[in-house]
Amino acid sequence: MSMKSGVVVFPGSNRERDMLYALENITGAKPQAIWHADTELPDLDLVVLCGGFSYGDYLRTGAIAARGHIMPAIAKAADKGVRILGICNGFQILCEAGLLPGVLMRNAGLKFVCKEVKLEVANADTDFTRKYKRGEVWRCPVAHGDGNYFTDPETLKRLEGEGRVGLRYAEGTNPNGSLNDIAGILNERGNVFGMMPHPENMIEPMNGATDGRALFESVLEAVA
Amino acid sequence: MKARIKVTLKNGVLDPQGKAIEGALGSLGFSGVASVRQGKLFEVELDETDPAKARAALEEMSKKLLANTVIENYAVELDEK
Repeated sequence: MSMKSGVVVFPGSNRERDMLYALENITGAKPQAIWHADTELPDLDLVVLCGGFSYGDYLRTGAIAARGHIMPAIAKAADKGVRILGICNGFQILCEAGLLPGVLMRNAGLKFVCKEVKLEVANADTDFTRKYKRGEVWRCPVAHGDGNYFTDPETLKRLEGEGRVGLRYAEGTNPNGSLNDIAGILNERGNVFGMMPHPENMIEPMNGATDGRALFESVLEAVA
Repeated sequence: MKARIKVTLKNGVLDPQGKAIEGALGSLGFSGVASVRQGKLFEVELDETDPAKARAALEEMSKKLLANTVIENYAVELDEK
């Protein structure tokens, strides 16, 4: 069982090494780093947009990166059913690019939050959460200033009704004021997933727990 | 040709920064501030000399990049000298 994966690197990305390490550690195959100025993607099963502060968070988080050269290729890959995972700044970029609905606003408490939260699996029937159980609560770190998920009431109703909320902050650990404690959402087709927390930093005992592994193992199983 | 694009949060969208500023005004002794909402102002200089074309271009810029229309409204002002 193997998976071809790649991590997109923008100016200001800073989690690409963690992500490349996690992908290789979990999939056993070396992932590729993809430069934002490229206009074509290699043949991949999973494209990851990693965390960081692309373009210094200028204008709005993810706004400039979302209009970058590589983005049309990512939209095309998403259309073809390739799995796309956006973590933190990657989630913000996917929203700004219109590949996911809604927007990540400034944290309600106005502070940058760097700590561990609890995540509840709201839907375990997705390509990104199938190795967890529905209702399972796991530990995961967050590190962001703009993670406050917001969308219009109609879209929120659709997301909830269609099982497209994959992960929620659990046990009162919502760090940012997100609507309905939303931590991660899917697109309509279910092949694009964005989340604010960092599962790539919870994969070996050295990290304090290995709860994040199952997220990557889910994709590995889904593409097999 | 010069223009200004004003980007403001839509009604009902929470503005924690505006709230913090509102609180700071209160603690400075400014009474009677009912509410503060924070927005953005872009000053743009264009080579275009035709006002209609300039306005159309500014609209496109606002929609495609300057505003996120999920949460923000925008207003284009053009100096037609």
